[in-house]
Amino acid sequence: MTDPVHAPQVHPVPAAFTRDMLDWLPWLEPMAEADLTPRHMAGLVDAPRAKSPYFRLLAHDPEVLEARTRTDKDIFYNPEGGLPRAERELAATAASRLNGCIYCASVHARHATTYSKRGDDVQRLLDEGVAVDLGERWNAVVAAAVALTEMPMTFGPAHVARLRATGMADLAIADVVQAASFFNWANRLMLSLGEPAPLRK
Amino acid sequence: MNAMDEDVIDQLAGIAPGTTLDAVRRQRSDARTHAQASFTALFAPLDPAGFSLTERWAVAAFVAALHGQAETAAFYAAHLAESDPKGTLAAAVIAEAAQAVAQGPFGRYPPGPLSAEDTAGTVHRIAADRRAVLGPRLAAALEHVHMLVYHPRDAAPPWLQALVDAGWTTPQIVTLSQLVAFLSFQIRVVLGLRAMQTPTATTA
Repeated sequence: MTDPVHAPQVHPVPAAFTRDMLDWLPWLEPMAEADLTPRHMAGLVDAPRAKSPYFRLLAHDPEVLEARTRTDKDIFYNPEGGLPRAERELAATAASRLNGCIYCASVHARHATTYSKRGDDVQRLLDEGVAVDLGERWNAVVAAAVALTEMPMTFGPAHVARLRATGMADLAIADVVQAASFFNWANRLMLSLGEPAPLRK
Repeated sequence: MNAMDEDVIDQLAGIAPGTTLDAVRRQRSDARTHAQASFTALFAPLDPAGFSLTERWAVAAFVAALHGQAETAAFYAAHLAESDPKGTLAAAVIAEAAQAVAQGPFGRYPPGPLSAEDTAGTVHRIAADRRAVLGPRLAAALEHVHMLVYHPRDAAPPWLQALVDAGWTTPQIVTLSQLVAFLSFQIRVVLGLRAMQTPTATTA
């Protein structure tokens, strides 16, 4: 039987937050593609995810993976009203920046850039951290994500009122809450089951 | 199983059918359904794969206690008590959590420009007398869980090796990680939805 925890791999370690594409290397053995049954494929939701070591690692518990993925997709991709996609991604990026998930932050900073066309501001969030001044609406989103992420959590009615003052209705505010909260789920998986690495050419 | 069918986030956030926030949550109905499905998959699994329900409730009660939200902490503590009729395990988990409360997220970055943001904190270690009550598997799990809750960027292979050495298999470690990560989500959503219901938040 092989050692269940992988030996550290020798590779350059991404040491700064970036919008570049990164790789992610698991510390535990993912399921082999050949061992994926229909139950595991249902857990993966999207068949191409069978190529991803991250999703094949999570496929060891397929029911939890499926529920995680469908929760994620609705919070970030549901186009029906609420918070614009760019700001859902901003909340994800801010939570990831504070928790220190360089991999998660890279993915969602790219998405935030794509949907907002404010790449310079997104980069400043990565470079300067969550205290950066990005204008009141984005500041309110970042502050809410921070208050939900830090321990002890400090999110309260004042954060809701500040979001509402930027023009958000209840659905948009709930989207901020769910997007930031979801990244407290995702960050902990990506940070603790493997590590980022430069993308292999 | 009726208690497992009720939407836990609604229950903990005090959201009644027909209210504004009930309608808001139903506009993200997949998220609502699958947050609940995550809870069910973790606490009423098709195949526990050797990660017992008592262990699951013990980890959950510890995580919820660390987050300091009264309703959620009481909910998971009650499930643990139900799963541990003698009460010795539940008492040990709650007492350990009371000693383990910290501030976060802290931790180190890879050496480089982010090193200026490294923040110190205490790695939680469980004392021998309580370790004897919890047993080696659960003691190792709770030490790992404390890292996941407060300083997840300190995660590294030796943390997983400590779980393996205490008898945790790879699938069990995946489920343990999901359990803590899911609760980190659920507890924050409950806090956010509760904040949205306070008068100053709704009239601003």
